[in-house]
Amino acid sequence: MYKTITLAFAGFVGLALTGIAGAADMHTKTIASTCMTCHGPGGHSKGAIPSLAGLEKDYFVKSMKDFKSGARAGTIMKRHASGYTDAEFEAMGAYFASLK
Amino acid sequence: MTLNRRDFLKVSGAGAAAALTGCATTTGTSAARPHVVVVGAGFGGATCAKYLRQWGPNIDVTLIEPNDKFVSCPISNWVIGGLRTMDDITHSYDNLPRHGIKMVKDYVVAVDAAKRTVKTRGGATISYDRLVLSPGIEILTDTVKGFKEAEAAGKVVHAWKAGPQTALLRKQLEAMPDGGTFVMSVPMAPYRCPPGPYERICLVANYFKQAKPKSKIILLDGNPDIVSKKPLFTDAWNTLYPGMVEYRPNNAPIAVDGNKMVVTTEFDEVKGDVLNVVPRQRAGEVCAQAGVRNDSAGTWCTVNFATFESTTVPNVHILGDSILAPLPKSGHLATNHAKVCAAAIVELLAGRQPDPIPVIANTCYSATSGTTSGYVAHVYRYEAGKGYVAQPEGGATPKGSELIFTYQESWAKNIWANALD
Repeated sequence: MYKTITLAFAGFVGLALTGIAGAADMHTKTIASTCMTCHGPGGHSKGAIPSLAGLEKDYFVKSMKDFKSGARAGTIMKRHASGYTDAEFEAMGAYFASLK
Repeated sequence: MTLNRRDFLKVSGAGAAAALTGCATTTGTSAARPHVVVVGAGFGGATCAKYLRQWGPNIDVTLIEPNDKFVSCPISNWVIGGLRTMDDITHSYDNLPRHGIKMVKDYVVAVDAAKRTVKTRGGATISYDRLVLSPGIEILTDTVKGFKEAEAAGKVVHAWKAGPQTALLRKQLEAMPDGGTFVMSVPMAPYRCPPGPYERICLVANYFKQAKPKSKIILLDGNPDIVSKKPLFTDAWNTLYPGMVEYRPNNAPIAVDGNKMVVTTEFDEVKGDVLNVVPRQRAGEVCAQAGVRNDSAGTWCTVNFATFESTTVPNVHILGDSILAPLPKSGHLATNHAKVCAAAIVELLAGRQPDPIPVIANTCYSATSGTTSGYVAHVYRYEAGKGYVAQPEGGATPKGSELIFTYQESWAKNIWANALD
């Protein structure tokens, strides 16, 4: 089990550091798909909730960090952003930036 | 017998042939295309089928669903309150085959977990490498004396599965005279959609306020207190509908009489003009057929939360309201169970380890009027030995707002698209 966890972390931290678009690991794809439940499949939203597909990575990462810290006001996003790590913000940011 | 063996073999390849002959395959290393059968095309099942195909294009997916159309429980309270129509919450399955999902309109009547087959009412036997059960709830109508008779007579409904009962409850409310009483009676948790009863009360009150302002509402709650979003709902009842809503805790339904129009609880006998009684629930029937309705009461299914595989029956995964979990039974969570489960199955069928630290989130909006809503949201991170651990800062809004109402509308469109588009 220890080995598995180590490998999984290595995989997604590696991605986060290099920011390779389009090569997201399963952890990143799954947490990003969780965002899509509200923000629309593929990151394309219908209605008032913003789309995430094609957002610039830096903007996504800063937004999530600011929601988490409270620097950016919102309705629901502080509650979500607080559940993820900075490395996950980086990995998700790269993934959403890669989506058309 | 619509899906014959030849059709099926065409879909599922050699893995299925091996299963049919009783020769177990090691699916992780098989060169054949693996076959996943998903039972139930609600939020959990339809979403899982889609993501299996998206993330595992080498996987054949069969989705078995008896209904012609998807009718959404989320927003069904809006139909009961007159804000939306049945058409607004009814959606087609037409887009799912475009993802390469084989849709089978049928009802599963037996599961043989040893042979890895399901049998359908239509007479088909379908083999699987992995089986995903997402049947939703079975409503235990026997637990409220007189309910079945009143339900069959069309006098009392639960309307806790969106469909004809949703429309009937709306008609009953429309036919009720001004000055009448609407009585809703709900069971002890756990039940589907913890905030559902309280949202329903808000939207019926919203309708009465406009159309029948002399009317009353009594909520007989089987729980000792409001289960979800208490500040939000209490604020709405006090400020938007003062004097209209009477809340009585510790009042689970015991009996209902559809002729006298009386609900009986342990403490009360309450007469109403429209009665809405929600009996207790358990995991859908197919879970019993598969032997996975295995908690101590035989009511819900216990799963490994990293994969949603049954803790007792290998290769059978369970999603959504049917599982035993310290998580709300919500369509949103069913959708997110589905994604974690799909990811795990893709990895397992490829002979890889599933993500050992999955993360899921719940977001649940409830309308408090025709223009305002509130929400509750949590992120849960899986920890080995602990299951899903709620992260800090999760919680609910204390007061509804018009902005959140627009987000609820958008959320519904997006979660429907997650499952169906």
